[in-house]
Amino acid sequence: MPVPTDLNFYIDPARCIGCNACVQACSECDTHKGVSMIQLDYIDRSRSTQTVPVICMHCDQPTCAEVCPADAIKRSEDGIVQTARKARCIACNNCVLACPFGVPKMHDAASLMMKCDMCYDRTSQGLKPMCASVCPSQALYFGTREELEELRPNSRAVDSFRFGAQVVSTRVKMLVPKSFAENLLAVTAPLERHHPGAPGAAYVDPLLANLYEEEPA
Amino acid sequence: MAEAGPSALDPSPDDPFGPHAAYSSALRLDTGVEPDRIVDTHCCFCGQQCGIRLKVKDEEVIGFEPRYDFPFNRGMLCPKGIKRYLQGGHPDRLLSAYERDPAAPGGFRQLGYERAIERAAAEIRRIQETHGRDAMAVLSGASLTTEKAYLVGKFAHMALGTSNIDYNGRLCMVSAGAANNKAFGIDRAANPWSDILGAEVIWISGANVAECAPITTDYVWQARERGAKVIVVDPRLTPIARTCDLFLPIKPGRDVALFNGILHLMIEHGWVDREFVERSTVGFDELARSVAEWTPARTAQVTGIAEPAIRQAAEWWGTAKSSFLMHARGIEHSSHGVQNVLGAINIVLASGRIGREFCGYSTITGQGNGQGGREHGQKCDQLPGARKLADPEARAYVAGVWGMPVEEMPQPGVDAYEIFRKIERGEIKGLLSLCFNPVVSLPDSDYVRRMLAKLDFYVAIDFFLSETARHADLVLPGSLHEEDEGTVTTSEGRVIKINKAIACPGQAREDWRIVQDLARALGREHGFTFSGPRAILEELRVASKGGVADYSGISWEKIERQQGVFWPCTSEEHTGTPRLFEPGSWNVVARGNGPFYFPDGKARMNVATYAPPTEDVDEEFPVILTTGRVISQFLSGTQTRRIGPLLDMDPEPFIELHPRLAAKHSIVDGAWATAETRRGLLTLRARVVATIRPDTIFVPYHWPGKRSVNRLTISAQDPISKIPEYKACAARIRAATEDEAREARG
Repeated sequence: MPVPTDLNFYIDPARCIGCNACVQACSECDTHKGVSMIQLDYIDRSRSTQTVPVICMHCDQPTCAEVCPADAIKRSEDGIVQTARKARCIACNNCVLACPFGVPKMHDAASLMMKCDMCYDRTSQGLKPMCASVCPSQALYFGTREELEELRPNSRAVDSFRFGAQVVSTRVKMLVPKSFAENLLAVTAPLERHHPGAPGAAYVDPLLANLYEEEPA
Repeated sequence: MAEAGPSALDPSPDDPFGPHAAYSSALRLDTGVEPDRIVDTHCCFCGQQCGIRLKVKDEEVIGFEPRYDFPFNRGMLCPKGIKRYLQGGHPDRLLSAYERDPAAPGGFRQLGYERAIERAAAEIRRIQETHGRDAMAVLSGASLTTEKAYLVGKFAHMALGTSNIDYNGRLCMVSAGAANNKAFGIDRAANPWSDILGAEVIWISGANVAECAPITTDYVWQARERGAKVIVVDPRLTPIARTCDLFLPIKPGRDVALFNGILHLMIEHGWVDREFVERSTVGFDELARSVAEWTPARTAQVTGIAEPAIRQAAEWWGTAKSSFLMHARGIEHSSHGVQNVLGAINIVLASGRIGREFCGYSTITGQGNGQGGREHGQKCDQLPGARKLADPEARAYVAGVWGMPVEEMPQPGVDAYEIFRKIERGEIKGLLSLCFNPVVSLPDSDYVRRMLAKLDFYVAIDFFLSETARHADLVLPGSLHEEDEGTVTTSEGRVIKINKAIACPGQAREDWRIVQDLARALGREHGFTFSGPRAILEELRVASKGGVADYSGISWEKIERQQGVFWPCTSEEHTGTPRLFEPGSWNVVARGNGPFYFPDGKARMNVATYAPPTEDVDEEFPVILTTGRVISQFLSGTQTRRIGPLLDMDPEPFIELHPRLAAKHSIVDGAWATAETRRGLLTLRARVVATIRPDTIFVPYHWPGKRSVNRLTISAQDPISKIPEYKACAARIRAATEDEAREARG
């Protein structure tokens, strides 16, 4: 049974609290127990508690599948990019290196690339994926567009991403504030600036800004 | 009585009692397994008590399923709940009774359960016959079900006849409880969490919501989607603070000054709901006079928050139409914790925004049964139904229910920390503990270890050999959360049902059985012959009837039917009380005179007095040490340090400090740093981050031994609530010496 096409997966990094519930719940999924397909990264812990869960975006034209020499990665009709087929995967790591989002992981013990299949066993049965079920801040949300619009009136979904010269569109959607006008998220833009990682001129330290000090340092 | 040697501090890796880190294996990793049954229950950790479904195969809990039908969390869980099943079938699980034997591996040898009960009873009898009934003390806990908490209180007061029982809620909820009783006459969340969703302003003081009450985050974010402004007050820019609308980086221990400053501005700008204050409160005029001195300039100077931010917060709070104020241990863990909470309540009452939809106030209870565990008699001054042990009418009523002569009922005892001071003075010779790990969780914990070593006899009921149980003479194998049933009461005041997933393994027993077995062996079994938790609840319903915490209308069936029952619930027909203080509502104290729990039905506005922390910074110790939790660990870590995937998230504690402070002492991120207070030294890895005040360092407290920050914290206590001051003491920081780093590494 396919995953119903009116059910979407949304990520809102503004809500993420870095709790790792998604990472831990993923490893409890029935089809790949003990192995999590999600990783959680701090953007820059020295400055902020901002974290981002990295889950498969289920690209419309998956780079992982395109670079696979063994044709082991399939995208099904419902837009889900499946984990590599064990019989075909040659553990060459092409997909691991090529995915612009950094999602596929090589599991050396099994000589198999494994990745998120949007909890196919659950979502094809009308259940939410594990990660979006448990996410305490609902930074990961699974539901219809109508439900999302009702719950998140200030957000808007974007599903196109630019990495250098490559543009990919995805089944999984990223939520951005309504005030953000672009329909394309230029993911690599900060790296293309002269001083990658340097805070922008507008950066205000949210802690020091509201601190009272007798003698400013 | 056991010697507190180094092995008790940091057990060796081959210690049979661990802690070992458990991971999924065998059945739990097998992808083709169909569970024999799935049990709907709740998480065993924090006070939110999320619904969870446990999968059972071959009498082992092998995993979980989200419980979408439980209205509080609707499937959501934090990593602790997700991995909690790994505590079952754990290699460290105590499967029999043990007695101290220095020659045996880990220092304990097995003992038959019945022999252990006989020995415990003989020792208790000997101590009480030689030194009097009060020479035996009981330390209990708020992660127990309400039925167990009730039974333990009854056991102490009736079977042992000792005044000396207290519980680990003393470290947790008592400042909020005492202040709520002073202001409202009742100690319970005023509102269900659904009232957060429509609030215009959400004020969070001293609550690391994202890590300590993770599911509450969704409520806050959801309110924000509807336009709420979120104000967070904390010395650290926690994950919930990152996305708030206004962050007030308060200096630890100064919360009452901020609340007084806010009230000052509310009065100055006419933002007080005069009609509500007049109609529903007493004490405003005196309070108003007391905050006159809290000008914005002085408030800024004391709290360490810039004046414009204080003014902004006051304006948002003052002009809101609806609001929800939450706080937690950040303001409560203080030697003036009650004053801090009273300050918070004052700005709620002055706003008039309570007792209505989307107008709320609550502490966020920390422990699993932090609410129910503090209502029915395991607190040193309490009887069931949140009655006072010193109240003659309450004594007579409960003595009647229990069938004991009222003159034999002990008078109120002392708080959990004072119990250790009584051990020092030789007044307490024997101890029974369960569900409490004071060697890790109490401040100045080297003192606690020395006092445990001083006991004549110490019997612990535990499921793992906790750092405290390592000091016991005798250990009785108790039950894990999933091995018993009963009720607990959540942060919201919702009574829910814990269901049994599996039986106790080996010779382990449900804690209520062990307590009853002890009563029987003591020859004091009258009142301790319950067939199980259901029968205990039936008696608790009667014992709490007519009290403020009235459970008389609560049954397991009603809980199941309604997905929980909010107390007070006073009859079979009554569906419970989700929201307190609604205009026109009836309660047992006011009897129709008003919505608050005083004879005149009015809330009390109390002058909230500022004082700096007991041990303020000085030239010698110029930095404030504050403590708290991380998402992956729970309380003293007895359970969560044994769950591999959780331990891997935070294998070690750390010292968090601001880059400015780090630079001053040439400390770099990841290097070993040493924090020092008047009580001790602690060497941990530095975490250099701009998300903490430059005058404050933070260490999470879940670890024992040489990694334990509670060896540095101060045992100063609030004079009213007796809560210890975990959140502020004077410290200094420096790069670790080579010797210290080597010692810390090894």
